[in-house]
This record gives sequence, C-alpha cells and structure tokens, in this order.
Amino acid sequence: MYSQALNTKDTAAADSSPQADRFQARIDAEERIEPNDWMPDAYRRTLIRQISQHAHSEIVGMLPEGNWITRAPSLRRKAALLAKVQDEGGHGLYLYSAAETLGVSREELTDQLLSGRAKYSSIFNYPTLSWADIGTIGWLVDGAAIMNQIPLCRCSFGPYARAMIRVCREESFHQRQGYEIMLTLCRGTAEQKAMAQDALNRWWWPCLMMFGPPDTESAHSDTSMRWKIKRFTNDALRQKFVDATVPQGHFLGLTFPDPDLRFDEAAGHWRFGTIDWDEFRRVLAGNGPCNRERLSARQKAHADGAWVREAALAHAAKHRKAA
Amino acid sequence: MATTSITIDETPRVRSFLALADDALILGHRTSEWTGHAPTLEEELALANIALDLIGQARALYQATGYAEDELAYLRDPPQFRNALLAELPNGDFAFTIARLFLVSVASDLLWRGAMGSDDPDLAAIAAKAEKETAYHVRHTAEWLIRLGDGTGESHRRAQDAIETLWAYTGEVTAGIDRAAWLRVVSPILVRATLTQPADGWMQSGGRDGRHTEHLGHLLAEMQILPRSYPGAVW
Repeated sequence: MYSQALNTKDTAAADSSPQADRFQARIDAEERIEPNDWMPDAYRRTLIRQISQHAHSEIVGMLPEGNWITRAPSLRRKAALLAKVQDEGGHGLYLYSAAETLGVSREELTDQLLSGRAKYSSIFNYPTLSWADIGTIGWLVDGAAIMNQIPLCRCSFGPYARAMIRVCREESFHQRQGYEIMLTLCRGTAEQKAMAQDALNRWWWPCLMMFGPPDTESAHSDTSMRWKIKRFTNDALRQKFVDATVPQGHFLGLTFPDPDLRFDEAAGHWRFGTIDWDEFRRVLAGNGPCNRERLSARQKAHADGAWVREAALAHAAKHRKAA
Repeated sequence: MATTSITIDETPRVRSFLALADDALILGHRTSEWTGHAPTLEEELALANIALDLIGQARALYQATGYAEDELAYLRDPPQFRNALLAELPNGDFAFTIARLFLVSVASDLLWRGAMGSDDPDLAAIAAKAEKETAYHVRHTAEWLIRLGDGTGESHRRAQDAIETLWAYTGEVTAGIDRAAWLRVVSPILVRATLTQPADGWMQSGGRDGRHTEHLGHLLAEMQILPRSYPGAVW
C-alpha cells in the first residue's frame, strides 16, 4: 500500500571516485540501475531501507483492513476487500523480492520488522473503528500512496521502478473502490453519513503525515533526489495530495477537520493548517494507538507459523535424501 | 419497510442451492479469517484466493435461487442456514484449516463434476467454473497435508489430531456423493502424508436441517452485524 518518506539519515559521504562519477552520469542520463551494476554502498543501503519499509508497510497494512473482512456489509464488498488485502500481500511479496536483488534476504528483513528495528508507515498504527474507515483508507491512504508512488515508477533502480508500475495500477483501483464506498455512505442514511464524517475526522491529519516531515526538517532528501530515488519533496507531494483530495471531500458533502483550510486563489492551492508533528514523531517512535497490537499480531503469526515452516523444510529434506 | 429477517420458500431446488451456497460462504468466511495471520506470505495469498473462490461460488449460487444474495447471507438466522457442520467449525491451527479444506474440497470437486452435466443450466454453468477452482483447492491442500503429515513430529501430531476431529463431520459432506469415490481420493493422500485414516463411526450431522454447532451463531453475529444493525441501508 505504501511507502512513507521517513527520511532516515544515512552517512552518504560524497564519493568522488571515477566509478561514482560514471554512476551519477548514468543517473543523470535517466538510465536505470540494475542489480548487478556497480552502485555506491549508500545508494544500496538507502534502497534496501526504503524498499523494505515499503514492503513492511504493505504487510502491516493488511491488519487494519483485514479487521473488517469478516464484517463487510455485503458479499460484493467482502470479496472486494478480501481481494484488496490480498493485493497488499502481493505488493509485499513483490517488494521483498525487489529488495532481495540488492543482496539482503527476506528472512533478515522480516526479522528487522518483528524485532521492532525496521519502520513501517505510521498510518497503520491507527485503528479501523467503522466500515467507513475502509472507504477512507482506500480514498485517502491509497490516494496518498499513489501520490508518493507514481514518481517511484521512474525511480533510478530498475526493479523498484518496475514493481511500482504494477503496484500503482492496483492502488489506483483501490482508491476508486474506497471513494465509491464513501460515496455510497454519503448518499445513504444519516447514520451512514455520520460514519463517513467521523472516519474523515480521524484519518485526515494522519494521512497528511504520510508524506513525511516537512522539507525544512529533511535535509537528507537531497541525496535521494540526486540519485533520482525521490523526485519530489515531501511538502510538494503533500500539497498535490491536498489539492486533489479537498474537492473530492466537498463533492461527498463532508467537511475537513481543519478550520484553516482555505483556497488560495492566487496560487491555485488549498492551504491547510499546521500538522501536529509531535504526534507524527510519537507514533513513529512506537506510541501510536495500535503500534504494539500491530507488531504483536505480526509476531504471533510468525511464531504460530514456525512449526508449519519447519514441517515444509523437514519434508523437503527427507525427499532430497530419498531422491 | 426495511426488514431484518427474511422468509424463504424452500423448494427442493432452492434448498439444494442453499446447501451448496452456505457451505461455500461459511467455509469461505472461515478461510478469510486467516488474512494477515498465515504462516508464510505465499500462503497468505493462497488462502485469500481460496476464500475468494468460495465466496464467489456462494454468490453465484445465491443469485441462481432468485433471492437477493445479500438478503440470503445477511438476513437469515442460524436455523435457516443449510451448510454442513464441518464448514462452520472454528479454524483451529493451520493443520486443522488445511485438513478441513482438503476433506471438503475433495467432496466438492466430485459434486461439481457430477453437476456439470446437470439439466439445470444455472447449476451446470456454476459447476463448470467451480470445478476448476476446486481442483486447485484439492491440489493445494493435499500438498500441504502431505508436508504436515510427513514433516516433523509436531506437524504430524497436529495433522493427525485434525483428521481425527474432522472425520466425524465428513458424513454430512459426502451425503450427496459416493463416499467410496471420495475415499479413493482421500485415502492415498493420507497414506502419502503418513497419517492414519480413522474408521468410519458415529457421524455428526444436522447442518442441512438447520441444527448447527454453537459456533455458527457467533460467526453470523459477526458477519451480519452491519445489515442487521442498520435495516434497509445500502452499502
């Protein structure tokens, strides 16, 4: 579902070797870097971190939406939600494979997630409390993900860029599906509309945080931009998202939980209020409403599945011997 | 006037469609409960696929009864459900989930194969699609059962426990087909899995007549909560 601009610092010391110069020249010429090509260590580390955070986000993201599969209000919605959550799992698998081309194993990455060392998108640490949350996640969370991921289709690292093309196609389908759920609720009974408004109230600000810290705080963006892993700044993408989303919300007849939201005629942008960055840092540091629950659900699935994975390995070993 | 329950005129055709559809819906629902919690990422995708196939089959069958699919799924009470008891049992561990899916899928596959030649064009069409899906479910779950049975000591014990618990519920599942034909598929897989086949003894039944286990009420309470809480709302 989603890659968050977490902008973890890396020691990207300026490398001025001839190899590094050739590498940068290829990037500048918009060539794709492939797994067997030479690349600076910091480029490799940055990508492993970003792709694996993205993969972890897909996997953890299955939990809040999975919470409503058994309570989806119609069979059509149930099938669509199940297929959507399955898509997230598929994205995770795809992304772990892309990360593996950089010389890291899926087991190592999973271990980083389960031990709490790896980050994943902060948005999944919020609870899904009503059916409208499923519509809102599709509309806003997947909408934000698309803003972030469309530029990644042109990322300089080939396997990541190619994975994003397929992922974006599916995300845009999810986004339309989510908006359609919201539309149905907003055209439904007063109770359904209230459900939709409540969901927007709770998800709006956390969604704006999905684009990561403001540009003034993310100096590290520069390196990623130079390497063409990142093409737009956090604030530019956030503004693009707000501009696209606000009219959609108004079309639904919903109000945004931001008294400062207003249209700036001169600039042609929707201006929004101040984001609570303390909340963002707190949730990222592990103190969101569901951090512990999400991580322990992943740990439990992994632990409960240990005997299954061992059985499959034991069976394969017996057959290798027999062969 | 919005309703929170419906009455069905259960002609023999409707009743037979409901039995098939309820089996698929309830088992699909149970299988979907694994989403996000499966032992491997690949199995996460496979179980979701199986659940989707089953829910899709249920929808096609409900639609063919002439009643609205959502009314049938969301507005009937437990005694109106016609699924076999086996489908509604809680998932248990992965061995129980796989063993159940295997035992049911073998029966369903035989049933769909027979139904492909049915005079009822709806049933024949649904069977043609469902048989392909079910053949995959049989293959996938048989491969897992073999690995679990012939894996480690722990996986063998879990798989054997599952088969023994489930066996008494298989009578209802094979009632509409030739049990000997079902055993001709099941037994060789149990042998390859080094599992002991339980003797046929007392068989639990009642689901087809609406006498269910304690578990169905809980499952439906969860599944039906929104349409029951907001009568008449469109989702």
